Amino acid sequence: MAENRRAIYNRRAGYIWLCLFLRLILIAERDGKMYDVIIIGGGVVGSSIARELSKYDIKVLLIEKEDDVASGGASKANSAILHAGYDPVPGTLKAKLNVRGNEMFDELCKDLDVPMKRVGSLVAAFSQDEVDSLYKLYDRGLKNGVKNMSIISSDMVKEIEPNINDTIVAALYAKTAGIICPYGFVIALAENAAQNGVEFVFNQEVVSIDREDDVFRVKTQDSEYFSKYVVNAAGLYADVINNMVSDKHFSIHPRKGEYLILDKEEGYLANTVIFQVPTKMGKGILVSPTVDGNLLIGPTSEDIFNKEFRKTTYKGLEKAIKGAKKSVEKFNERKTITQFTGVRAVPDVDGEDFIIGESDVKGFINVAGIESPGFTSSPAIAEMVREILKDAGLKMAEKDNFNPKRKPVIRFNELTDEERNELIKREPAYGKIICRCETVTEGEIIDAIRRPVGAKSIDGVKRRVRAGMGRCQGGFCSPRVLEILSRELNVDPLSVTKFGGNSNILTAKAKEYVANLYKELLKSEV
Amino acid sequence: MMEYDIVIIGAGPAGLGAAVEAYEKGVRDILIIERDSYPGGILQQCIHNGFGLIEFKEELSGPEYAERFIEKVNKYGIKIMLNTMVLNISSDKVVKAVNQENGVMEIKAKAIILAMGCRERPRGAISIPGTRPAGIFTAGTAQRYVNMEGYMPGKEIVILGSGDIGLIMARRFTLEGATVKAVVELMPYSSGLTRNIVQCLDDFGIPLLLSHTVIEIRGKERVEGVTIAQVDENKRPILNTAKYLSCDTLILSVGLIPENELSKSAGIILDPVTGGPLVNESMETNVEGIFACGNVLQVHDLVDNVTKESRLAADSAVKYIKGLLKQEGKFINAKAGSCIRYVVPQTVNYENIDDKVKFHMRPTDVFKNAYISVKSGGKEIMRRKMQRMTPGEMILIEIKKDKFLDNDLHPVDDITFEVEVV
Ligand SMILES: Cc1cc2nc3c(=O)[nH]c(=O)nc-3n(C[C@H](O)[C@H](O)[C@H](O)COP(=O)(O)OP(=O)(O)OC[C@H]3O[C@@H](n4cnc5c(N)ncnc54)[C@H](O)[C@@H]3O)c2cc1C
Ligand SMILES: Cc1cc2nc3c(=O)[nH]c(=O)nc-3n(C[C@H](O)[C@H](O)[C@H](O)COP(=O)(O)OP(=O)(O)OC[C@H]3O[C@@H](n4cnc5c(N)ncnc54)[C@H](O)[C@@H]3O)c2cc1C
Repeated sequence: MAENRRAIYNRRAGYIWLCLFLRLILIAERDGKMYDVIIIGGGVVGSSIARELSKYDIKVLLIEKEDDVASGGASKANSAILHAGYDPVPGTLKAKLNVRGNEMFDELCKDLDVPMKRVGSLVAAFSQDEVDSLYKLYDRGLKNGVKNMSIISSDMVKEIEPNINDTIVAALYAKTAGIICPYGFVIALAENAAQNGVEFVFNQEVVSIDREDDVFRVKTQDSEYFSKYVVNAAGLYADVINNMVSDKHFSIHPRKGEYLILDKEEGYLANTVIFQVPTKMGKGILVSPTVDGNLLIGPTSEDIFNKEFRKTTYKGLEKAIKGAKKSVEKFNERKTITQFTGVRAVPDVDGEDFIIGESDVKGFINVAGIESPGFTSSPAIAEMVREILKDAGLKMAEKDNFNPKRKPVIRFNELTDEERNELIKREPAYGKIICRCETVTEGEIIDAIRRPVGAKSIDGVKRRVRAGMGRCQGGFCSPRVLEILSRELNVDPLSVTKFGGNSNILTAKAKEYVANLYKELLKSEV
Repeated sequence: MMEYDIVIIGAGPAGLGAAVEAYEKGVRDILIIERDSYPGGILQQCIHNGFGLIEFKEELSGPEYAERFIEKVNKYGIKIMLNTMVLNISSDKVVKAVNQENGVMEIKAKAIILAMGCRERPRGAISIPGTRPAGIFTAGTAQRYVNMEGYMPGKEIVILGSGDIGLIMARRFTLEGATVKAVVELMPYSSGLTRNIVQCLDDFGIPLLLSHTVIEIRGKERVEGVTIAQVDENKRPILNTAKYLSCDTLILSVGLIPENELSKSAGIILDPVTGGPLVNESMETNVEGIFACGNVLQVHDLVDNVTKESRLAADSAVKYIKGLLKQEGKFINAKAGSCIRYVVPQTVNYENIDDKVKFHMRPTDVFKNAYISVKSGGKEIMRRKMQRMTPGEMILIEIKKDKFLDNDLHPVDDITFEVEVV
């Protein structure tokens, strides 16, 4: 009897120990994946927040469903303009964050080594009616605190933009507006955040979030991560993420904009960003130089029903071309080198303002409905989110070793011959040109792959170093870039992708299909 | 600064041919610069037959054709700098190039021969709307993957454009066990050589859909299909003829563009139609001492013609160095008249004509039983019957020196080539 009891006791004790042990393992494992803050989404907003939080002694993780930052959403496909800030309605978050964000770009772009040009913008009026609207915009600008604006006559416009249509009457000139390389900026933010300790996981889509004992469990298709705070910066899908956690549902509607990019030969046609006066018919089509010297035309504006319908259409492109001709007739659309679609994340809230703040669930912070001027606002949004986290109780001590500067990027094209020669002597890979259209060397491509948050696909390389972005659109260099990726990442060429997922470039080894056919033939003869 | 008598840019058949010719005409101080790791240019990936029928009277593959020239270049000890990219050329004939061993170099030349070949027109240039997934390749890139790297870029294929490379790849893909569902051509005729249509499509039962185009590309990560439609006379798609073809790959064979970024840096004027430099009877550009030949000058169908052109450019460069090429004289303009798209060369210096001038041209459309008529001052100076003309096949017309003279035995101002349909 006693024996029996003892046995039962022993067994029970063993069981309890086992449970405790398992729980310990679980906690240990969870601790490995335990963060102070998890940011969902690696667009400009998520990456700006990551970089801002990397200034503090906290553990931060960013989760992105695509294979790279600035790859899945609006941050790679937009007008790339730093808006001055006269558009948003005074008093809105958009107005405040736009103007503040705009001011922050000089220092950021210097620290992060990102090309940006304050080329200024014009809102061009082609009739007296439209001139009246200029004054309204000017007034708004004053209220929003925009500096350096003026309304200028057609003569002065012509001086700034000799190729604008002769029907020009007047324009609102805003000198603080600028142009930037949008994905370049996001990549730089992410790199710098990673340098300062932020962790990134890619190819992981958040599929559910639950909260237990003040800890969020964020599940992705393959894994799970834990944190005290969650920042929802999922762009078009911020509604889905919010609705996983909060009872206060909202929804985000997709509205697409189509663009064309013209050859550098057409780049001379615009010196500034040329907007049209917003009318009942819409905001109009802009004509703008890009930081790389091409000409950008677009966007159209069309509500769509599926967030993934990111395609260009005949109609859309035609509309963009026609719209742009209202400002600048002279461009030759046959010089188009590529076209793309961006999708705006339009929230179903009054006034369509940004949704930024802690939700009804403590520690869950929404940064949603970030439409234009979201890119311009992003650094200011990051500051705001930092303050929200502080107010929500996150202890944030400043790091003493935060490095605001990204490791500089070597751009062969911009070096003097002496600099090039020194570089090539040190690292011969910089003497081998891989992309002939944009003069990109093997050294630059290897660097783009090896950097923190480095390139993993053909498009990743393209966005970092412009290989494949020129006239021939990668016809010449993509086989060579594929070879470098396969070598550097130590993967089979067959697994190299265009942009992650199943976007593989090659489908089989030569002779494989014939061999299969032959096998089938043999089978059928048996 | 390095110095050479003749610097040749590009080691394709044009560059190699020019080097061999210049050497045989007595020049020893020659440098060929090539950005790839091997000489031969585009020919190295053209492993099919059909090269050299005129030049060697036998049917060679691309690499074999190239090899004949490479052997001579090696035998003569002509210097080729491989893996070296020319970055720009100045109008006073200084070539700036870069490679891993020497870094950035400046090379002074007495004469330069441009032989950079051409590149393929990408998707943007033809603006097909839709998504931007993996699985869209230009025909030449696909050819490089299959023939040089040993990989297949896809299994179920639609080809847009019936240029020669597209046709050749249709056959290649089929032989590799892939399925080519259709070759779709915007124009009512193919832009490729007739022999390629027969040997590459007809023999394999691959449909050629003329007056059709791709109006949409579908697929998120990899191409899943394309929508094609017939087009009207103005090349606008007729939407109710739209048809969906599922495929994992779209190959573009929609034209070649002479590679003239370098030429522009030297101040060379380009012909807006050919995309190549404007040249005279000696293949000399508007910049004295800079010559052009091969696909950089005009896109050729046959390598044999490239070789001929390269000889002429090299002969002229040799004359130029010796001071025998006349820069002054009476210039005659060669013009493309009705139904002719372009004429090369675009000008002729009467003083430099030895015996005759050979003109290259393409018609704007397909013509049967028509004439090419050459006129000067309203008077016909030559007439040639043509069984069949198509834009895909270059026409060569030779004109004797005396034909350039008017009744008073003065050189004429211009001559015009036109198609006459009877
Ligand atoms: C056509 C157009 C033109 C514009 N022009 C300008 C302009 O000129 N100037 C300007 O200032 N602003 C402009 N904007 C606005 C600006 O582009 C956006 O405000 C900004 O890019 C939004 O950034 P984001 O990080 O919020 O979103 P996104 O860039 O969309 O990033 C969201 C990220 O979240 C990821 N994600 C989504 N769901 C999940 C999930 N479940 N798990 C993991 N990751 C997920 C996505 O893959 C994506 O990478 C424009 C926008 C559009 C559409
Ligand atoms: C796919 C294809 C199939 C063909 N099939 C046939 C056929 O069956 N029969 C036939 O007779 N003809 C055929 N042709 C036509 C003929 O072969 C080509 O017209 C000919 O190869 C053109 O020769 P090229 O020397 O002008 O140009 P390429 O062969 O293109 O050579 C140009 C060279 O210049 C180099 N280069 C360019 N820029 C620079 C720079 N900046 N610095 C250094 N080097 C540079 C390039 O790397 C290249 O090696 C075919 C052509 C193609 C493209």
